[in-house]
Amino acid sequence: MSTYILCFVLFLVGLYGVITRRNLIKIAISLSIMEFSVFLILVLIGYVDDGKAPIVNLQATDAVYVDPLPQAMVLTAIVIGLATTAMLMAISIRLYRKYKTFDIREIKNLRG
Amino acid sequence: MDALIPLFVAIPLISAFLIMILGKVIPGFHSFLAPLTLLALLVMAVFVFSGLGNDSLHYTLGGWGVEGGTPIGIYMVLDGFSILMLCIINLIGFIALFYSLSYIRKYTAEANYYALFCLIVAGMNGVVLSGDLFNLFVFLEVSVISSYALVAFGVGKTELEASFKYQVLGVLASMLILLAIGLIYWKTKTLNMAEARSLLDTGPPDPFLLFVQVLLISGFGLKAAIIPFHAWLPDAHSSAPSPISAMLSGVLIKAVGIYVLIRLFFNVFATGHDVAVLITVLGTISMVVGSLVAIIQWDLKRLLAYSSISQIGYVVMAFGMGLILLEKGDNIQAATLAMAGGVYHLMNHAVFKGLLFLNAGALEHRLDTRDLKQMGGIAPVMPVTSSTSFMASMSISGIPPFNGFFSKLIIVIAAVNGGFYLLAVLAVVISMVTLAYFLKFQRYAFFNKGLSQVREKIREAPFPMSFSMIILAALCLAMSMIAFPSVREAILQPAIDALMQADFSSTTFTGI
Repeated sequence: MSTYILCFVLFLVGLYGVITRRNLIKIAISLSIMEFSVFLILVLIGYVDDGKAPIVNLQATDAVYVDPLPQAMVLTAIVIGLATTAMLMAISIRLYRKYKTFDIREIKNLRG
Repeated sequence: MDALIPLFVAIPLISAFLIMILGKVIPGFHSFLAPLTLLALLVMAVFVFSGLGNDSLHYTLGGWGVEGGTPIGIYMVLDGFSILMLCIINLIGFIALFYSLSYIRKYTAEANYYALFCLIVAGMNGVVLSGDLFNLFVFLEVSVISSYALVAFGVGKTELEASFKYQVLGVLASMLILLAIGLIYWKTKTLNMAEARSLLDTGPPDPFLLFVQVLLISGFGLKAAIIPFHAWLPDAHSSAPSPISAMLSGVLIKAVGIYVLIRLFFNVFATGHDVAVLITVLGTISMVVGSLVAIIQWDLKRLLAYSSISQIGYVVMAFGMGLILLEKGDNIQAATLAMAGGVYHLMNHAVFKGLLFLNAGALEHRLDTRDLKQMGGIAPVMPVTSSTSFMASMSISGIPPFNGFFSKLIIVIAAVNGGFYLLAVLAVVISMVTLAYFLKFQRYAFFNKGLSQVREKIREAPFPMSFSMIILAALCLAMSMIAFPSVREAILQPAIDALMQADFSSTTFTGI
């Protein structure tokens, strides 16, 4: 149970970073931390006590395997996370070229 | 017809790929292939719709069907509600793309634009057709990541800032959704919506499930820009190129936000009273606050974006009332009427808000400004833009011969029948507020005489733009036909049946 709570704390750490940081890159890093805490929770959901990697061995009939589906989901989600992070980085670099700063307090054309 | 279902996702994906590969070699290839793709999808959607009736179709990817009472493959399901969404997505997609043919010439990298446009359509079609929770998440990300790129397509200061804001909130929403999907998997050990329905339907209310539902409301509320989660929408929708604004406001927030919310809360969860009330309250708040903020806007596209929030509020409120009444179970007639109003307003909003953003794009194309104070007296020089935007404005404010009137009327009647008198009054009052800010738009953009002497050299928008606007304006009138009882039976009833008889549609295709 404590592992789940630690993952949730990690999620909250990411959320805290997104809310309080002023630097575009640090916001992107905080979002990545959030993503990975969710991935860890997904992997934990599929974990079975004393389970082995889910490659079925027909000789050992009594073997216990972990659930492979969340692992497949996490692999897919990591690829999606990569795409979002790349997109965020591209936009951050473009923003830096326009404003010469990463500070979100300086970047505030849009209001209201 | 089952074999057509995966094509709705495959065709736009393939054409996005081809545009990127061959667009560099063959000049003009993209502007030829992309509209053709969307036209083909629209024809397919209408064809499937005409033959569907009350049925639901399904397709299993790779032929992995039901094994030992458990569906093990990925299902794509097409029923009365998803086919309506498919028609709307591909219709607005085709018209916005046709409009882009002349609008997008002022940008560089046209091929990228058309490829991203095809991807966004592929993602939305996938979301609407998916019968599997994780698959839905993947398609949702396909469409929203392409929309991040399209919002920033102008690469100016405001576009980039809006896109960054949109991305931060979008990633946050995606993570909440993924967490909720993981928790549903933990509870039920399945990702299939129909099987999850049969497992979640029984038993007393569970705090764990309540937590999951709140996560889903926040996640999809962020995607759909319901009011406490709306901060990104006015920036993103006003900074994007106009055809993309029409796509984002017209269909994206519906396909990845409202559609999924409705699908999950009607067809997957056995929704309790508290959650139903929460959804209704959120809808009402967005309806009221969105339109009150819209009045004070002077940026045309920002005004339209806030008005989107308000109109989405109508839809969410209608479905929330439907959920409350269904949960009580004593006034099914009113619940059906509320849901009919919700579905109808969803379709209508796609048409008239798409049209209004295309009008805004035409004005921006000719005047190079979005500020209402710098416009005026354009009605004589741009007659097509002026008359179509007048029709759209009357339609969105609920003036009788147009479609917006009938959908709002149905929602108000349902609210009165269901005993929600306060909501009925609010819906009528907000409709008048909507009329107020659209009259402001009409007056300052088209009829103010003060600036008319400098407008000599302004001409009507080019043919692809005018043509798209005329088609949508004609649809604004034509769709009011749906209010007639017999047409309503044929078009809206299958969608409502699909939402109400969730058990029926789940048993027909999984056999559980």
